[in-house]
Amino acid sequence: MYPSRFRYEAPRSLDEAIGTLRDGGDYAKVLAGGQSLVPMMKLRFASPELVVDINNVPGLDYHRAEPDGTLRIGALCRHYVLERSELLKSTQPTMAAAAPLIADPIVRNRGTLVGSLCHADPQGDWASVVLALGGSVVAQGSRGTRTIPFADFVTGPFQNVLDPDEIAVEAVIPAAQGVRSGGYLKLERRIGDFATAGVAVALETRAGNVIRAGIALTGVGGSTIAATEAAAVLTGHPLTPESIEQAAELAAQAARPRTDHRGSAAYKRHMVRTFALRLLSRDYTPAQEKAERAA
Amino acid sequence: MTIVYDDPEGQAEDVPVRRIKFTVNGRKKIAEVEPRLLLAHLIRRGLGLTGTHVGCDTTNCGACTVLVDGRPVKSCTMLAVQVDGRTVKTVEGLAGASELHPLQEGFKEEHGLQCGFCTPGMMMAATALLEENPDPSEEEVRWALSGNLCRCTGYQNIVKSVLWAAAKLRAEAGEA
Ligand SMILES: Cc1cc2nc3c(=O)[nH]c(=O)nc-3n(C[C@H](O)[C@H](O)[C@H](O)COP(=O)(O)OP(=O)(O)OC[C@H]3O[C@@H](n4cnc5c(N)ncnc54)[C@H](O)[C@@H]3O)c2cc1C
Ligand code: FES
Ligand code: FES
Repeated sequence: MYPSRFRYEAPRSLDEAIGTLRDGGDYAKVLAGGQSLVPMMKLRFASPELVVDINNVPGLDYHRAEPDGTLRIGALCRHYVLERSELLKSTQPTMAAAAPLIADPIVRNRGTLVGSLCHADPQGDWASVVLALGGSVVAQGSRGTRTIPFADFVTGPFQNVLDPDEIAVEAVIPAAQGVRSGGYLKLERRIGDFATAGVAVALETRAGNVIRAGIALTGVGGSTIAATEAAAVLTGHPLTPESIEQAAELAAQAARPRTDHRGSAAYKRHMVRTFALRLLSRDYTPAQEKAERAA
Repeated sequence: MTIVYDDPEGQAEDVPVRRIKFTVNGRKKIAEVEPRLLLAHLIRRGLGLTGTHVGCDTTNCGACTVLVDGRPVKSCTMLAVQVDGRTVKTVEGLAGASELHPLQEGFKEEHGLQCGFCTPGMMMAATALLEENPDPSEEEVRWALSGNLCRCTGYQNIVKSVLWAAAKLRAEAGEA
């Protein structure tokens, strides 16, 4: 299999890349890791006239925390770098848990987090993680730079709000206002498969109270699902066995799974509940134990 | 080196051929490629290095794995033009003039292959693992090879082969 014929440009700066996209005609595509785009082009699901390869644009492979804790992930920061990142391990439990679960180790050597967000696959793992964390995407185009909350970034399966001459230059995860906890659990039939079901949980706690909660679901609907009602029952008080149960149930209700080769709808919904329970229970310390520790 | 392009509509002057320079197994090369040519095909047809196999052609099996700037990539899922200015290593680049690479020896000693189709990809993924982690656990070997499928061996002996090679490479490094 090989793609249909296209023109190829490999600009060496962002400005040049944006200019190439602007002048590039009707159907141009940005090429980042190519781990979704190249397979789609080989299958002729995508047949762009122009491919703008951004891999030669310097200075986009970073992921770094600002002094205030805001995390920035550049457009060429690849999954394997995030998988090995000490910064994520020490400050971003949900991201650190998800990174090794994306695709397989060789795909992770090329694929990027930002490319994954742009690809807007309802099965994409990073989308749930970034949604749960309340992240956003920074886009740069010929009319300037704008920041788009990720909740508004995806408009449908494989569709995003970017203009044809816009490039997503980085993803941003806001600084935590409390102590971060949470994680990501994914059921996959084998390594390299997309999620049968996945759940991202991102909590921030201060003085024992949950001050922010984000829960998002992968692979159980036509889009990445923000389980906002489930998150809402967790905030404003400490985690309790009751609030955990309730949130897990609401997360399962938020899922819109379909029966397919990966499993039945009922099974997937059950897995969402189970994963939400597991993730939240990890952060729960019974009151008695807390009192004993304090004593 | 010649690559022949399809020209069904007689529009040859529109074929956007590009000239690229790259290094493969230590040798400098220049090629003229159409952007849609995949790296796997440049390697197999253009360079005649048929050790790199194409199995699934859908980014799943890893038989086409080669190193680009030292990292394993699935060459069926990278455009040949993208290696412009970069360094490629294929399975043919492992052995010396007369000696097998310890990984190749390991696969021989531990019976790490049956039909051999997956073997070049396994070896390239393992090469990168041992560069990064000279003393991997069995679990780490399995993890590093989890993007490579084998339909024959059941993986057991592949893992043993890589551990064998790791031990040999460490011993060699110790002697040096
Ligand atoms: C075998 C296999 C298994 C996989 N399994 C998983 C999995 O389990 N979970 C998962 O989440 N993903 C999985 N993936 C997808 C993988 O994570 C991709 O890396 C990711 O979806 C796309 O990132 P990329 O950098 O490769 O983007 P590309 O393939 O380069 O691009 C994807 C799309 O996004 C656009 N794009 C990319 N970057 C930008 C940018 N900076 N600005 C504007 N547009 C941009 C492109 O134009 C294209 O439309 C798998 C892929 C394969 C091949
Ligand atoms: S042929 Fe490239 S991954 Fe199977
Ligand atoms: S030895 Fe036959 S596929 Fe691995």
